[in-house]
Amino acid sequence: MSFWRKALAVTWKDALTELRTREVVFTVLVFALLVIVIFNFAFGTTQEAVALVGPGILWVTFAFSGVLSLNRAFVAEKDGGCLEGLLAAPISREAIYVGKMLGSLLFLVVIEAISLPIFAFLLNLPVASGPLLVTTLLATIGFVAVGTLFSALSVNTRAREMVLPILFLPVVAPVIISAVKASGLALSGGSWGDVGGWLEIIGAFDVVFVVVSYLIFNYVVEE
Amino acid sequence: MVNAAAPRAIEVSGLTKVYGDHPALRGIDLRIDTGESVVIFGPNGAGKTTLIKALATIARPTSGRILIDGLDLKDRAEDVRRRIGVVSHFTYLYGNLTGYENLDFYARVYDIPRRGERIREVAALVEMTSRLHDRVASLSRGMQQRLSIARAVLHSPSIMLLDEPETGLDQRAIQIVWSAIRGEANGRRTLVLTTHDLERGSALCDRLVILNRGRIAYEGATCDLDADRLRQVYESSTAVRA
Repeated sequence: MSFWRKALAVTWKDALTELRTREVVFTVLVFALLVIVIFNFAFGTTQEAVALVGPGILWVTFAFSGVLSLNRAFVAEKDGGCLEGLLAAPISREAIYVGKMLGSLLFLVVIEAISLPIFAFLLNLPVASGPLLVTTLLATIGFVAVGTLFSALSVNTRAREMVLPILFLPVVAPVIISAVKASGLALSGGSWGDVGGWLEIIGAFDVVFVVVSYLIFNYVVEE
Repeated sequence: MVNAAAPRAIEVSGLTKVYGDHPALRGIDLRIDTGESVVIFGPNGAGKTTLIKALATIARPTSGRILIDGLDLKDRAEDVRRRIGVVSHFTYLYGNLTGYENLDFYARVYDIPRRGERIREVAALVEMTSRLHDRVASLSRGMQQRLSIARAVLHSPSIMLLDEPETGLDQRAIQIVWSAIRGEANGRRTLVLTTHDLERGSALCDRLVILNRGRIAYEGATCDLDADRLRQVYESSTAVRA
């Protein structure tokens, strides 16, 4: 219980900071909406074009919004040496990882929850489908699990805004590709059975990413 | 009087820390008794901060052993962290949160019962009660450091690790900081302090250690040295290329 209480204290602290500054959600949301609108104009609104590029637009938006959000995940910990303060406190490194991951997950889910209806409105696609929502959630978990680790890794580098996507996107590519495929099926009216295989792949990556990141976070944050 | 049966507050043997190919600590052996206060002097790059970080479990030693109150840092790190309070020139505070929110967060992490009551106690200790609900970023450097002391003593640690805690503080703030660190524990707290201020450091502590290039170059009681002799010892210890 102590593990979860402390992990949630980290999440709560991040959420409180975000409520104060609206730094991550507001900035990333503006970026996400811009991407959707630009793609909407670029590809037009014919049903054939939308069906073809819709899933790609959705995941380009989510992936780059996610990178922007994760870039900020450890900046507050770096400022004022707060990460050192956490490392010197009786909280396990794993609880810090879980707390930070849940915080980033929360921010991204909020961004997705606002972006999806706008995506549906502009591209006239049925986003209120169980398979699409589950795909989005599962892929976001995998994305954030490994992203939190790379965010902690890149925060000490000078060009962290560039380092994070370069390191992180190739690793998370299988989840994004699977999510694009599953979303394509879901958006064209596919059933659970149609997307099930892709969901299993995403789920398997989620488990691997969460477990590996959880286990090696310790080595990433300690000097 | 030191109890011979009780474990030492801090026992370091053969401690090394290497960053890349740069050895920051090269075989440190150090023993500090409970209630003792030790000041660590040394030029920039001597390894003072690295030693504090290793004791605080922030930096993982490359080799060697550290015992805190008899507990090995390798397998009892979380228990050790409950016993230590760390103050550095960084405040470890989140600028966008208020002082109260920062202390409340740390109180949760330290599992402190009756958090509100304890937060008000430590805020009073550092004379920050009236500014407790201001955002940390809006406070002066001295006020932030006072809050940082409040954070560090929140869980009543028996050992305080202080890495240049006076950086950027005026005389009034320094007084408040020291009375908070020493006062609450009535002198029973073990202190390890790093500073560049030879006279102040030796006046505050029982024993001094001079580090040079990752090694202990001198160790002795502060009462054995007057100001001139201390300066001579410091110069000769840090002039030697270890």
